[in-house]
Amino acid sequence: MDNVIVVSVLILSGIAVLAAVILYVIAKKFKVEEDPRIDLVAECLPGANCGGCGYAGCRNFAEACVKDFAGKVCTAGGNDVMKKVADVLGVEAQAADAKIAVVRCQGSKDCRPKTNSYEGAKTCAIVAATYGGETGCAFGCIGLGDCENVCQFGAIKVNKETGLPEVNDEKCTGCGACVKACPKIVIELRKKAVKFRKVYVSCVNKDKGATAKKACSNACIGCGKCAKTCPFGAITVENNLAYIDFEKCKMCRKCVEQCPTGAIREENFPPRKPKEEAPKQLNTPSGADKVEVSKEPQKINLEKPSENKE
Amino acid sequence: MEFKTFTIGGVHPADKKITAGVAIKPLAIPATVTIPCAQHIGAPAEIIVQKGDKVKVGQLIAKANGFVSANIHSSVSGTVKMIGPVADVSGYTKQAVTIQVEGDEWEETIDRSPEIKHNIDDFKPEDIINKVHDAGIVGMGGATFPTKVKLSVPLGKKAEAVIINAVECEPYLTADHRVMLERGEELMVGTQLIMRAVNCENAYIGIEQNKPDAIKYLTDLSAKYPGIKVVPLKLKYPQGSEKHLIEAVTGRQVPSGRLPIDVGAVVDNAGTAVAIYEAVMKNKPLFERVVTVTGDSVKNPGNFLVRIGTPISALIEAVGGLPEDTGKIISGGPMMGKAVTTTEIPVAKGTSGVLILPETLAHRGEVENCIRCGKCVDGCPMGLEPYLLAALAQRKNFEELENNHVTDCIECGCCVFSCPSNRPILDFVRFGKQSVMKIIRARKK
Repeated sequence: MDNVIVVSVLILSGIAVLAAVILYVIAKKFKVEEDPRIDLVAECLPGANCGGCGYAGCRNFAEACVKDFAGKVCTAGGNDVMKKVADVLGVEAQAADAKIAVVRCQGSKDCRPKTNSYEGAKTCAIVAATYGGETGCAFGCIGLGDCENVCQFGAIKVNKETGLPEVNDEKCTGCGACVKACPKIVIELRKKAVKFRKVYVSCVNKDKGATAKKACSNACIGCGKCAKTCPFGAITVENNLAYIDFEKCKMCRKCVEQCPTGAIREENFPPRKPKEEAPKQLNTPSGADKVEVSKEPQKINLEKPSENKE
Repeated sequence: MEFKTFTIGGVHPADKKITAGVAIKPLAIPATVTIPCAQHIGAPAEIIVQKGDKVKVGQLIAKANGFVSANIHSSVSGTVKMIGPVADVSGYTKQAVTIQVEGDEWEETIDRSPEIKHNIDDFKPEDIINKVHDAGIVGMGGATFPTKVKLSVPLGKKAEAVIINAVECEPYLTADHRVMLERGEELMVGTQLIMRAVNCENAYIGIEQNKPDAIKYLTDLSAKYPGIKVVPLKLKYPQGSEKHLIEAVTGRQVPSGRLPIDVGAVVDNAGTAVAIYEAVMKNKPLFERVVTVTGDSVKNPGNFLVRIGTPISALIEAVGGLPEDTGKIISGGPMMGKAVTTTEIPVAKGTSGVLILPETLAHRGEVENCIRCGKCVDGCPMGLEPYLLAALAQRKNFEELENNHVTDCIECGCCVFSCPSNRPILDFVRFGKQSVMKIIRARKK
């Protein structure tokens, strides 16, 4: 009996040693030469595999960076990550504009009344493929959260009360996954500004003014007041819808005051104290006074960001 | 009497043909009509009138834009009030012509005499096809495929059987049933015209067994028309689907991804056959159609001859207004129709019915988990696996969807009808099908 145990242990050990030798030889002979920098670069990346860079995942992006660094941007990691990657590769990093997701719809449950109710599968993609949606506005947010489901960073959540998604500015990396997931193209990537300040037309309704307004009290009616007001020529009105070019916009917020429906939104600005008092005093239709007053908040706002930088 | 049917799948919804005995009444012309430019499958027609133009009944207002497209004619006489986007049944806006009605002046070329003409030998096949094209005729069963394309048999193919689709398998709808009873002669001549256009000796009129009066009437009539035979069919949904009707009548199955003409069949709806008769013999373009307006608690449900572009609110008024317990208004039948979001949407060439469902029938049940019972697989008339397609579509696995023939789905709704867990199978499958179609189209480019 003892012999059987000894023999089997010996035979198995022999097989194990033989296998180890074979494996060692094969591993040596067929070794894939890989640039060690790929691992180093991959370590710098966020590792969320969000696909914002256009590659299948972070490792694919790392491989691409090692091959040719020029022009590659990790949208999720931003300039900080790219700087680390550049250090690893020993090249100069180019600064790219950081982006942030913006939801261009204010059709909350209060201001965009329901005209019908949907009982089908609960995803935005299917609603958009089926019909115009539960409200009179066939352009706006559906609110079933396809964006929330694709976000790898937990940065966008549908607010149950308003029925609209909200972006968490701190968490949003600008990878653009939600932009791709949104069937109505409501979400847009815009340039990230100081303190997450944003001025944008929060509406995508291309219907004529009266139709749009009937469907949603916050809709852009394409009146063009904002485009006339903008001193920088950043606003264009096309198909009854205004759009602010973020490359040209200086965030003076004159358009926000002009918008009759509140479709243009400003976010993360300090409250405008001078403006609240000003209209009360200013009941005279004198145009000169108005210009003076509306200039005041602009001056303050232009100064404030520079103060913050200091 | 022997009743035929198709072999795979199918379901048996209660047929509820409330309006089967109600004669067709012409509906009063409304004050304004809104005529959409995209009432057919294919490219939208190109508008050729301008704001302020005077138009007559039957005047061309939008021209076919390409091979798969159809002409659109004015259904009223009056002044063009507006050309612009108007919400259609999907809730999205489409280009449309709005006409303010003034009187009822018809184009002189239209023959309005009630006499039935039989002189089919005066027309060459090309004449018939051209007249069908000029009259803007599309499949009136609901698919709205331009009829001219169907009648133009491609080179190398031969039509062996003309099939008239008088199945009307959708519950509630009776428009075709009434057309058969009241306009049987026209239907027969229309069928002869189709046979002449596609150069075919045999025609079959497929009618389900729940319309015994129509089967008897048309069988008696067909004695006078050589080559036309009435085929009584068993009651089964979706027998009115082109592919299933072909199988029921001829025993031939249309292979995946092929057209009826590949098995030698040309299928046209009963209403379309009458429209072809009117277009060829009476020079009357397609600007009015029979619409069933019905529902369980509707006061005076009926069948109406309606001008295209009439808002469905006018139809609802004609049956005694919306009942108090209305939960849903559907354009079309309960199985494949679309719920509408406003009653202002116009009647189009493919609107076969307006169904007003009470609150108790209007809602889907609570969605539960799939219990793998396989009823959707048994029910699917295309032999697909709906539960699998739905799951794949949910995961956006478009490659596997294509391998599992999602593009063969006819969206008949048998899977959802038979699902005991109320799962929104068709919603997912339709989404998957649309996405796969897009991918296939992109690949061809």
